[in-house]
Amino acid sequence: MGNNSIENSSFDPDVVDALKSQATELVAQVNAGDYARAMTLINDLNEVRDQSLYREVGRLTRSLHEAINNFQIDPRNSEQKEALSKMADASDRLEYVVQMTSQAANRTMDLVEDAMPRARALQAQATSLRDDWQRLRRREMQPAEFRELYGRIDRFFVSLSEESEGIYNSLSEILLAQDFQDLTGQVIQKVTSLVREVEENLLSLVVMASHVDQMTGTVHDLSSMAISAEQGVGPQMNAAERTDVVSGQSDVDDLLSSLGF
Amino acid sequence: MKILIVDDFSTMRRIIKNLLRDLGFANTDEADDGTTALPMLKTGKYDFLVTDWNMPGMSGFDLLKAVRADENLNTLPILMVTAEAKRDQIVAAAQAGVNGYVVKPFTAAVLKEKIEKIFERIQ
Repeated sequence: MGNNSIENSSFDPDVVDALKSQATELVAQVNAGDYARAMTLINDLNEVRDQSLYREVGRLTRSLHEAINNFQIDPRNSEQKEALSKMADASDRLEYVVQMTSQAANRTMDLVEDAMPRARALQAQATSLRDDWQRLRRREMQPAEFRELYGRIDRFFVSLSEESEGIYNSLSEILLAQDFQDLTGQVIQKVTSLVREVEENLLSLVVMASHVDQMTGTVHDLSSMAISAEQGVGPQMNAAERTDVVSGQSDVDDLLSSLGF
Repeated sequence: MKILIVDDFSTMRRIIKNLLRDLGFANTDEADDGTTALPMLKTGKYDFLVTDWNMPGMSGFDLLKAVRADENLNTLPILMVTAEAKRDQIVAAAQAGVNGYVVKPFTAAVLKEKIEKIFERIQ
């Protein structure tokens, strides 16, 4: 039913009127026995159909052309050129996001790699001092050992103060390295709104193309367009709501163990 | 124990390298896709392969199949660390002979658990 109403709506009212009046006349002439006149009317009806088809295809072709122009694939004026450069700009912007996030990640990892051995060294010193301190409290320590411990505690305080300041500075810089989120967030939002705009134009193009397909009776083979997952498809969105996608490591583990892993 | 880390993002390679070092595996090399990784693996220097799936050039899945098809490498333990989360893909990787599958984002504990599990099974 839906298809009929779409097809009906795309017919010109003049064509429908011509069809109706000529069909009525055709019946009348056949009933009257004027077959020669009836044959001429059938020819006229054919012509009306052909003309309406040409007109419809012409109209759709024009709309299709407009829709393609809206895409600014082929810039002909300054407005279109600007829109096209918006697309090129979007790729540049996304490239900038990749650079910014990569810089931030590397900066953060530099600082972490610097801070981790410092924290580990402090921990080792503290553990060893704690053990010796316990021995001292249990009065198991010789005076010579105690003098050595005394010196070590002294040095530990110095390095504790220096190293903890270094670690604090690293943490503070790690905090600052997260400022990319603000900048990349703004860039991504801009690109997202451009993508939405393109998506709307694309949708009208698809609707237009489906009308042309309807008029011409074209059927597309979409099966060959299925994307192979072998090359990888990247992260999945809304994984929790989908059954064809795992939503985390425990799902992966369950699936693999069901396969005998 | 020499480990090859294959991922097209240097940050991810660095994260995995750091986590592996914390687990006591300091001897690692890096490659940014299967095309670079395969000749390195063919030298026979590596005892373990950690690879991403989605990479330009040769994907991790193709690398997995190439390694399994190579008679000198077909027993090399392979851990896939990837954002690829389709059930079909995980089944395909299992059938192609992967030894472990870690889905991104992952934690240090998960990586440790999977690596240990692979070594347990080998020994």
